[in-house]
Amino acid sequence: MQTPHTDDPARVAAFEARIARGEVIEPKDWMPDRYRKQLVRMMSQHAHSEIVGMLPEGNWITRAPSLRRKMSLLAKVQDEAGHGLYIYCGTETLGVDRHELVGDLLSGKAKYSSIFNYPTLTWADVGVIGWFVDGAAIVNQTMLAKASYGPYARAMVRICKEENFHKRQGYESVATLARGTPGQRAMVQDAVNRWWWPSLMMFGPNDKDSPNSAELTRWGVKKKGNDELRQRFVNLTVPQAQAVHLTLPDPALKYNEASGNWEFGQIDWDEFWTVVKGDGPCNRERLAARRKAHEEGAWVRAAAEAHAAKQRASTVAAA
Amino acid sequence: MLPLFLLNLADDRLILGHRLSEWCGHGPILEEDIALANIALDLIGQANLLLELAGAVEGRGRSADALAYFREAVEFRNALIMELPRGDFAFTVARQFLVAVHGMLHLEKLQSSTHADLAGIAAKALKETRYHARHSADWMLKLGDGTPESHRRVQEAVDELWRYTGELFEMDDAERALVAEGIATDREALREPWRAEVSRVLQAATLQVPDDGFMQRGGREGRHTEHLGHLLAEMQIVARSYPGAEW
Amino acid sequence: MSQGKPPDGTPDSQWPLWEVFIQPQYGAPHEHCGSVHAVDAEQALLNARDVYARRNEGMNLWVVPSSAIVGSTPEDVGPFFDPANDKAYRHPQFYKVPRGVKVF
Repeated sequence: MQTPHTDDPARVAAFEARIARGEVIEPKDWMPDRYRKQLVRMMSQHAHSEIVGMLPEGNWITRAPSLRRKMSLLAKVQDEAGHGLYIYCGTETLGVDRHELVGDLLSGKAKYSSIFNYPTLTWADVGVIGWFVDGAAIVNQTMLAKASYGPYARAMVRICKEENFHKRQGYESVATLARGTPGQRAMVQDAVNRWWWPSLMMFGPNDKDSPNSAELTRWGVKKKGNDELRQRFVNLTVPQAQAVHLTLPDPALKYNEASGNWEFGQIDWDEFWTVVKGDGPCNRERLAARRKAHEEGAWVRAAAEAHAAKQRASTVAAA
Repeated sequence: MLPLFLLNLADDRLILGHRLSEWCGHGPILEEDIALANIALDLIGQANLLLELAGAVEGRGRSADALAYFREAVEFRNALIMELPRGDFAFTVARQFLVAVHGMLHLEKLQSSTHADLAGIAAKALKETRYHARHSADWMLKLGDGTPESHRRVQEAVDELWRYTGELFEMDDAERALVAEGIATDREALREPWRAEVSRVLQAATLQVPDDGFMQRGGREGRHTEHLGHLLAEMQIVARSYPGAEW
Repeated sequence: MSQGKPPDGTPDSQWPLWEVFIQPQYGAPHEHCGSVHAVDAEQALLNARDVYARRNEGMNLWVVPSSAIVGSTPEDVGPFFDPANDKAYRHPQFYKVPRGVKVF
């Protein structure tokens, strides 16, 4: 890439002035090396999360209890593949090949959202993931749709449009279970209990403990802090839980009239860091599944390339 | 007679769609993961419409879900080829190709069925199936004329699957009666055009067209492979664990 | 780690990149909607269909190898586009017509 090794301070100043004016940065524009690196890290991590995120819900496609649910779940998990694809393509505009990005995921070098390292134990998990996890993702991605990097922002616009259905299908499924048989009700409450706290962790550490946030905010990639987004998600979700008579597993949850916020209890950051560092319930399984698919697909990718090479050779020969 | 015929069309699609859906999240490349899910969705969607129609025609108040989730393996009417485990990507592609070419030829006829609802479903399904045939034929070319490994794998898949293709052209007396009414179509007449199209693609893919040897059969009468029971155990477990529940 | 290298030793890849353009409806111009990876044109077209037309988004697709696209650079902005700023005579508002007359 054309990026100089040490960024010229004058160019950095001009770049930051563009950000301050609300201009959108495009792939060929000059950008500080750190900006490019931070984007590659953040975007690829986002793309990996979509791909790994297919696994916990994909676990229930073959067991979905009605044809309608089977189709909507399959379509949703497929959308996640699409979203991963869009974001990988956005990352590729920064001069990285997808092959390299996939390699970083499989080697464990790159991270993905920790939420996907939790197991899906019952059918209700599928609905609750749609409600909480996609709900949290929408809060985050709505902000990212205004990110300073054009390809990322455009991918987010498309993804936000598509993900609205994810959250709705999740909440609809949860609402159906919540007014269903006692067994269904117990199942969905249990899923809510298991997914609530990990969902709050999805927004990342508190701003004061988030090493990358300041830089990403300064460069207009992130427009809001982790804590503000987390609060927004809680404020949106509490009334939704009340509407279907489900209890969120936090005795400290209470409405603050003055701030208009739902205050919540202490997040267990030890658990968060344990999962981030690789010791969550499913970290190994998730990566193993991705590696297996990748390795078993190697001969398929090679075959397609070999075929295309033969076709090109015969076209040249015929010309 | 008609409900059984519709179940046969529906079960073929439900079981194959289910098998394909097993690939979701495990495909060889992201683009293909998405493509396989699209095909699975088409097939399950077709099955849903056909099961609804079967339930309506049967007149016993059974919904599509009741038919999908509360029948036993011996009550399923799909051809055996649909229920075989997904195998490797070559096996999946080869099965998809052999079945899609058949489906396309079959639906071309069924879209002018005298049964208006069936004709409507067939016309919709035909468009989807034409795409499935194009997608799988492209892969047959790439795997057949790709690397030595891909060639070997896809040839083995075709050879393995071949003995399950005879059943696709079978008809019983009940179906013949429906043919006479113009509701169903003569499957026997699909055999030659199927063979011609399959051979054309296999040859272009540098693959051998297997000889017709012994053909496995029985799915249409509910005599399945052992694989179907396991598939259904998985598919039906949640629905059956909560009787009377809505989802 | 082993990147699932194919046995014949050629390096594994995610295939070349193609740009996808979709025509949202008949008569409308094609618009860029994203990219896909594919080994050849037929596969690029099929992948584009599967990735970018899952929700009734269009009537027609174009795929172009990304490497075939030539673009102007950010440095071109001045010489390419600024000169058009002061050509008011290219715009209909530049011309006066008698009140009450419908020109077209």
